[in-house]
Amino acid sequence: MADIDALATGSQLNPAESRFPHKLSAYFGTPGNALITIASLVAIAALIKLAFAWLVLNAVFAGTPADCKLASGACWPFLREKLRFILFGFYPFDQQWRPFMAVLLFLVSCGISMVPRLWSRSLLMAWFLLVLPALYIVMAGGFFGLTPVPTAQWGGLPLSFMLSFIGLSTGLPLGIALALARASSLPVIRILGVSIIEMVRGVPLISILFMATVMLPLFMPDGMTIDKLLRAQLAISIFAAAYIAEIVRGGLQSVPRGQIEAGQSLGLHYWQSMFMIVLPQALRKVIPPLVALFIGFFQDTTLVTIIGLLDFLDTMRSALRSPEWQGIAVIEGYLFAAAVYFLFSALMGIYSRFLEQHFRTTHE
Amino acid sequence: MSFFYDTRIRALFYQSVAIVAVLLIASIMFSTASDNLAKQGIATGFDFLWRQAGFVISETSIAYGPTDTVGRAIFVGIINTVKVSLLAAIFGTIVGLLVGIGRLSHNPVLSRLMLTYVELLRNVPLLLYLFLWYALIISVFPPVKQAIQFFPGFFLSNSGLAMPSVAFESGFEPLAVASVTSIVAAIATRIFLLRRHRETGQERPILLLSLVAFALPLIAVALVSNITIVWDIPMVGKFRLAGGYQIRPEFVALLFGLTLSVSAAVAETVRAGIQAVGKGQWEAATALGLPRSRTMRLIILPQALRLIIPPLTNTYLTVFKNSSLAIAVGYPDLVMVSNTVMNQTGQAIETIAIFMGVYLSLSILIALLMNWYNARVALKER
Repeated sequence: MADIDALATGSQLNPAESRFPHKLSAYFGTPGNALITIASLVAIAALIKLAFAWLVLNAVFAGTPADCKLASGACWPFLREKLRFILFGFYPFDQQWRPFMAVLLFLVSCGISMVPRLWSRSLLMAWFLLVLPALYIVMAGGFFGLTPVPTAQWGGLPLSFMLSFIGLSTGLPLGIALALARASSLPVIRILGVSIIEMVRGVPLISILFMATVMLPLFMPDGMTIDKLLRAQLAISIFAAAYIAEIVRGGLQSVPRGQIEAGQSLGLHYWQSMFMIVLPQALRKVIPPLVALFIGFFQDTTLVTIIGLLDFLDTMRSALRSPEWQGIAVIEGYLFAAAVYFLFSALMGIYSRFLEQHFRTTHE
Repeated sequence: MSFFYDTRIRALFYQSVAIVAVLLIASIMFSTASDNLAKQGIATGFDFLWRQAGFVISETSIAYGPTDTVGRAIFVGIINTVKVSLLAAIFGTIVGLLVGIGRLSHNPVLSRLMLTYVELLRNVPLLLYLFLWYALIISVFPPVKQAIQFFPGFFLSNSGLAMPSVAFESGFEPLAVASVTSIVAAIATRIFLLRRHRETGQERPILLLSLVAFALPLIAVALVSNITIVWDIPMVGKFRLAGGYQIRPEFVALLFGLTLSVSAAVAETVRAGIQAVGKGQWEAATALGLPRSRTMRLIILPQALRLIIPPLTNTYLTVFKNSSLAIAVGYPDLVMVSNTVMNQTGQAIETIAIFMGVYLSLSILIALLMNWYNARVALKER
């Protein structure tokens, strides 16, 4: 408790007593406060100095793996040489403009869809009829003279995006169904919903991925196999559905009972009152927490590395293990991957906070 | 037709359809699975648990060797999982509490620094951090041959930290009894003196007296019984350190990564909880003349705790499940041991069933414990 006390007193502030001008008093108002400020600034300065020395002063900007081995700083040639492999994996080298275009199209479409004013049924239709088919055709080929590329060669950033995006967009309807089952008045349906949700939430994602890769083939009839990528995708979808279900349940509970009763008195049956009255209100309330959940799932897709799928983290690891760069640029590689994940997660975090603000001002 | 419009009949109908569908899917899955297993010549059932394991586990808290059974190997994995998640939860909570309070500081430098800490941890996948910490340990510390001896008997190298350990040649039992007695005596003294103070107002040096109560049984045992200690001091070999107590880099990387991720979650929970306590509570305490530190400890934290416990439960459940990422750095937790068992015996269904069952039941146990604690701190309304 002593540390808590010290921190709490450190932030003690009484402007009336302070001899400093108002702005500075937040930093140097009391002796404790001044100490905290100075200690923090010294720590920040030390970190910046360390980072600058590593990233720029002692870094190797051009050269061979041998140069990197001698230098004490960062190894930029590694990233320059391996960047395309890290981003796109084993996708045929001369065809890599295709995953690049796919990522670009995906990000632009996401960016457009993030504007609440544009949300509409036609936007949803555009995703299903235009964006997703286009992404698939560009990646898989086989149409318009594009060379077919099997999914086993997909990898890197497009794969990470795909696993998380498809996982969540298929998990959403499944999650809503599970949430409705859990809120159902029919005991059998409710127990079924509760047990599926709790079973999935009670075990780690990695065990569900193992189940999908090791166990699922055993349940398949003879001669029938499912692509490994698809199996992992299925596992992620089910995992996402259970978590989405719990968030949607919160939204369902926030809709007053009177709304359903009003629907019933108008003669609407269960599905009508759910789809036309309850769900629209419930889902609007849970959009911000859902976006926050998406950030977590985007990060959780890295777990497919463990079952041997070439997602972005795994292409990075493969690049680090390649014979000529073995053990030379490990820290650089992981820090670069961390920066990429940080960029996308932080953007989604900002968007989630924006949505929260937006809903607070427009709907209440 | 009116028969079908009866809601009770319809409810019965839908539920029967659901039961039949579940049973149908389960029986199809069961029959195809047993067909496939029979074709591959894999026996079903849990007999393999009593077979000899035949593999080494790099970190064991109970005695285990390759000649022990598969069941014992899995048990070693369970203990390792519990050990690392428990330690991560404890350390993470302490760090997170400090970071969360630092986030609320009126000092902009400190609160921004803490915000950066939390954001850096929340926006990068845990798995990536685990790889990074492990790589850092391997590359920053020297190989075993050049292990740093920073203190006599303490060796630091990229295969971990080795330190002297103690073994008792004699006198272990009396010492163990004395330690328990000491702790009980100290707590009892403290409770007794506190109650006296509340009832009579007598001022006594509570801390000092409790320490005396703690020390007396230990001193008595040290004087009376014959305690012989044997030191096991690690030795630097060519490829590895031998002897002593060793903390392996896999464990450190995992514990460090999990602790940081817990601390970020706890910090956000604590911040939200403290912010949710009404401003009037602060003002009332100030009006009573309480200093800020005591206001925090006596008034704000007890109320914030009620809001903090439910999300904290989720954090602990998450760290327990996240400890399964141990497989990425090679720490032999439940999942990694099970994976080895799966590869060796081919009993995929049974092994996965075992570790999923363990995770489920321990998750439920954690949830129950935290709910019990939550009920204790919750607002008691009459």
